[in-house]
Amino acid sequence: MKLKLHVWRQNGQNDKGKLETYDAPNVSPDQSFLEMLDDVNLDLARTGRDIIAFDHDCREGICGMCSQVINGVPHGGQDRTTVCQLHMRKFKDGDEIFIEPWKARAFPVIKDLVVDRNGLEKIMQAGGYTSCHTGGVPDGNALPIGNPVAEYSMDAAECIGCGACVASCPNSSAMLYTGAKVAQLAVLPQGKVEAQQRVLAMTEAAKENGFGNCSNHYECQASCPKGINVKFIAKLNREYMKALL
Amino acid sequence: MQLTQSSVGRKIIMAVTGLVLISFVCVHLLGNSSMFFGADAINAYAQKLHSLGPFVWVFRLVMLAAFAIHLVFGIQLTLENRAATPETNVQVKRLKTGFGAETMIVSGGVLFFFVVYHILHFTARVTNPEIYVPLGDAGMVDVYFMVVNGFRSALPVIVYVAGMIFLFLHVSHGFQSLFQTLGLSNDKSLPVMGTFGKLVGFVLLLGYIAIPLSIVFGYIKL
Repeated sequence: MKLKLHVWRQNGQNDKGKLETYDAPNVSPDQSFLEMLDDVNLDLARTGRDIIAFDHDCREGICGMCSQVINGVPHGGQDRTTVCQLHMRKFKDGDEIFIEPWKARAFPVIKDLVVDRNGLEKIMQAGGYTSCHTGGVPDGNALPIGNPVAEYSMDAAECIGCGACVASCPNSSAMLYTGAKVAQLAVLPQGKVEAQQRVLAMTEAAKENGFGNCSNHYECQASCPKGINVKFIAKLNREYMKALL
Repeated sequence: MQLTQSSVGRKIIMAVTGLVLISFVCVHLLGNSSMFFGADAINAYAQKLHSLGPFVWVFRLVMLAAFAIHLVFGIQLTLENRAATPETNVQVKRLKTGFGAETMIVSGGVLFFFVVYHILHFTARVTNPEIYVPLGDAGMVDVYFMVVNGFRSALPVIVYVAGMIFLFLHVSHGFQSLFQTLGLSNDKSLPVMGTFGKLVGFVLLLGYIAIPLSIVFGYIKL
């Protein structure tokens, strides 16, 4: 099929950036979105033009490197799907597709569709770990953690840290990301020890690194490729109140 | 410090003051509904409130504080959120949020001016001094007469109906939002609270506009 792509081109933070239009004349419905972009880039390289820079790594939906806003929605709007797992059969012949980077003050554009997501790492560094000595790997059956708690923690731990929650949020808030990281540890015995200082430090780091405040739009959950639930933001709020009291 | 400066702390303040304000709005509607039971009912209600003496002023100060704090932090958080999003994508498609949620600062701002007008109209006796007639010797006014005559002209009726539409928009997002912020929601209760919040907003809208519209259409008359 034939597609028309409107791609955001921006050469670093000091460049204003603009949309440029490219034709993708020979797209297979079996290609992934990134493979389609690879073909466009091949054509650009062959004709001596600057290729479109975009982040990618595992291409199987688990690494969290994909970071494209497709037709106004991070990851393209297919339920629980990263850009690499989005396939061209979801589009029709003749479609025009807008491809833009994550846009937030906390995510400065490095080039084209590549943004600097170190802000998320800074939030993790502020408290997304346990520093108590837990010894070697324990026997799974010896862990005194019930299944519902383990499942709850794993649901939160599904977050791949792509930043779609920030990109979709009208306030550029990282509260779903922070909530997931706080919640996954807060319910486990190893994480409970530092739960109070963790929630205070991580929410403060989110603010310091330029992310906005959550005002409960829930766009984050809707665009999250892992379907992280906003109940983890409520959990963060509960943890925060416990830490203040 | 943490409470008044951090992201989540200020959200909690917004939720608590919002809870105070919406509780007042609900109780205020219940009290105002006495208009439907005649002059004696609403005047007896007003007299009961006045008999509380200094507690009326304590109550007013608490409400004023909640209103002012909600307003100041609401503006501050909105400005920060706008600064966090200096530019948006050319194409923006929202999947979940709604008109009410996206316009909280606008509906909040309109409600501020509405409350100022409402106080000048029915409390401070500034906009329509002619609607106040004394009742008895205790310095009371005839509230029934005041309300019916207060909605004789078109302007106040339009202002009140418009104001209540903005109240509906504000509450339709704010109600469920306060439960989420206070950590009282989970994946099962959140959609229920979302629907319930819209219902609360709608009941408040219908309840409040029923009074001026009943006066306009002659259901409530002197």
